Amino acid sequence: MAVIFQGVGAAAALASSPSNSFDSNKSVFAPRRSFSVRKGASFAVVRSDGTVNLNPKDRRAQLLISNAVATKADSAAASSSSKPGHELLLFEALLEGLEEEMERDPHVCVMGEDVGHYGGSYKVTKGLAKKFGDLRVLDTPIAENSFTGMGIGAAMTGLRPVVEGMNMGFLLLAFNQISNNCGMLHYTSGGQFTIPIVIRGPGGVGRQLGAEHSQRLESYFQSIPGIQMVACSTPYNAKGLMKAAIRSENPVILFEHVLLYNLKERIPDEDYICNLEEAEMVRPGEHVTILTYSRMRYHVMQAAKTLVNKGYDPEVIDIRSLKPFDLFTIGNSVKKTHRVLIVEECMRTGGIGASLTAAITENFNDYLDAPIMCLSSQDVPTPYAGTLEEVTVVQPAQIVTAVEQLCQ
Amino acid sequence: MATAFSAPKLAAQPFNTISPTSQHKPLISPTAASPFLGSTRKLLRLSSSSQLNLRRRSSGSVFAVSDIVKEKKSTSIPSLLITKEEGLELYEDMVLGRAFEDMCAQMYYRGKMFGFVHLYNGQEAISTGFIKLLKQQDSVVSTYRDHVHALSKGVPARAVMSELFGKTTGCCRGQGGSMHMFSSEHNLIGGFAFIGEGIPVATGAAFSSKYRREVLKEADCDHVTLAFFGDGTCNNGQFFECLNMAALWKLPIVFVVENNLWAIGMSHLRATSDPQIYKKGPAFGMPGVHVDGMDVLKVREVAKEAIARARRGEGPTLVECETYRFRGHSLADPDELRDPTEKAHYAARDPITALKKYLIENNLSGEAELKAIDKKIDELLEDAVEFADESPLPPRSQLLENVFADPKGFGIGPDGRYRCEDPKFTEGTAHV
Repeated sequence: MAVIFQGVGAAAALASSPSNSFDSNKSVFAPRRSFSVRKGASFAVVRSDGTVNLNPKDRRAQLLISNAVATKADSAAASSSSKPGHELLLFEALLEGLEEEMERDPHVCVMGEDVGHYGGSYKVTKGLAKKFGDLRVLDTPIAENSFTGMGIGAAMTGLRPVVEGMNMGFLLLAFNQISNNCGMLHYTSGGQFTIPIVIRGPGGVGRQLGAEHSQRLESYFQSIPGIQMVACSTPYNAKGLMKAAIRSENPVILFEHVLLYNLKERIPDEDYICNLEEAEMVRPGEHVTILTYSRMRYHVMQAAKTLVNKGYDPEVIDIRSLKPFDLFTIGNSVKKTHRVLIVEECMRTGGIGASLTAAITENFNDYLDAPIMCLSSQDVPTPYAGTLEEVTVVQPAQIVTAVEQLCQ
Repeated sequence: MATAFSAPKLAAQPFNTISPTSQHKPLISPTAASPFLGSTRKLLRLSSSSQLNLRRRSSGSVFAVSDIVKEKKSTSIPSLLITKEEGLELYEDMVLGRAFEDMCAQMYYRGKMFGFVHLYNGQEAISTGFIKLLKQQDSVVSTYRDHVHALSKGVPARAVMSELFGKTTGCCRGQGGSMHMFSSEHNLIGGFAFIGEGIPVATGAAFSSKYRREVLKEADCDHVTLAFFGDGTCNNGQFFECLNMAALWKLPIVFVVENNLWAIGMSHLRATSDPQIYKKGPAFGMPGVHVDGMDVLKVREVAKEAIARARRGEGPTLVECETYRFRGHSLADPDELRDPTEKAHYAARDPITALKKYLIENNLSGEAELKAIDKKIDELLEDAVEFADESPLPPRSQLLENVFADPKGFGIGPDGRYRCEDPKFTEGTAHV
């Protein structure tokens, strides 16, 4: 995949050079996708197991010569028609996934504020209302708790709604419904009702949006029993996760990030989904395992560039599945590298990183050579001022320092 | 029937408890004719008070029914409100509800069930009056006071009793309890512990019905949803948000307020700026109706029109039923705050006694037949308790079942397999 960052927000998100592009054809850290069919699955599940078909010698040679991120701007950006697949932005990938699912199953419907005529505040539902009608793409009044509850009631009676929170933070108002009903009703009804709902929306720290629009709700929702949480980070996995979430019988919360909507990538033409419970190997390595998700993946890759030049070999895993964790991929990595660094955008207290640290310590304590390091956002409401906001989230420089510290 | 929308004899006014000492006017004089407006005398009298009816109607009440009354008046007199079969069905359902709740209280004090148990004694007319008009595919959403709604909807007494005992043969496998009765077979969508959180779910079920009709083109889909909730809930945001959405999209739903005047110890009048809840319907563009909830026939008449309205696709209705709970809020409530005079007043309007009287007075049934029904219900409950007693408790392996519909949601364990594929998973020995 070639991921080219476009748009002011996205480009600025990666501190330095805007011409970064991760070219999958250069194999240094490229995820090689192998089509493996899971037991009982009736569709192709793409598992990123990150096998790299280079022998170590070549790889080292390449490392010393060029950047870890192969900045082959000439071949990467050239969206030649000879390459398979089509290029699009992340929000278009979400739109495409949603549209395909709505065509495939007439029970899939969308509910949210401004999803219909306005096309979605981030254009994820653009054009759907015209195509499918106002009832299938429902513009709701501003009543998060109630329309989320309505989505849950509709899911219990046979529909498959996709509820959009205009900003993830607004779903705090829907917490009653998400916690009590969405997560619990399958259990308290003794399995009689399923709730195949998808709750999605953009969250995370944006570009000076202020404290209340920069919330990370994954940490608040993670204890709710009965729900699954996934976070997308590239157009490829955004579309895949969207489709998998809609097809899943479980209630799934899909976390998107405000700053990632304009990422561009070439994705396959054929129908594919991403497994909801699996993590993605972004860059295999030997020295340290860096676990991350959503926007921090890009900060980590930025830091990886520097680290590689300094001679380190970090393994980067995008955990994608925030609940439940893919302990298999993570475990294999820990067994290989014996050092773990978690980089997340959640708050320090009670965040995803805290849970992940506990899970890894519980399961893989014997394999660790050093205590797990967790870099999270500061426990402060996100300030408006740009300089302060920058310090609130983890920056690539901190990641580099952390790895160096870890690998001493 | 006009009776539902007029204000006969202050019977429809809520009992004023602000200053109990100044309560000189009994709402129903004990010497008056039976407040049960099934009697023809009342019927004729009230249809002449159509003036009163019209005044009330201007607040936006359901309009069609009084026209029906006028038509009926011109045909044969006297016409009864129910047939014998219907009457017996209603009687049996109410007796079942009452006897079941009494049995619950007994079992609770014997230590067979625990936690919060909220009994429905006194409010049976609403459950019976509404739910007995529904088809199996229509949905009912309730609150924590849901045992009788479950029974009226058709959930077997055995299943409900087992659920209360926490046995695995309960309607929710023992996982729900008193406050979470669900039945997919009978379309009972809960059972909710927090007040107000069921109303959006009911709105969703109604949305589903409309969706099926209009998007999936299932032309005959006219399922109606009933949402039951109390007076306390009517001050909650979710109530108003759902009134708005239901009226906006003309969803096939009926909002039934069981106004029993008390939210645990908070009197409705102390908590609400405008205690007349039915008035809140027209504010959102739907008819608001007030009805005497201690009179099953009145409730039934209102329910018929409201449900028919929803089935025709004309949208929601807000029905406020004035009723009373004879017991405390729950079995843990000492019920010291309510005035004994108030309780006595409503005890005199016991819906079951009233229906019995109506049936006998109108020669629809006799004492013997009704007693036979009482006996039958008693036996049914004995059987239910026995069944529940003998049912097994849920084994430990049941703990992790049903958390996810797709158990892959438990994720991939450290050994690389989906945890749910681990044979030991549901034995309770697997690590999650």
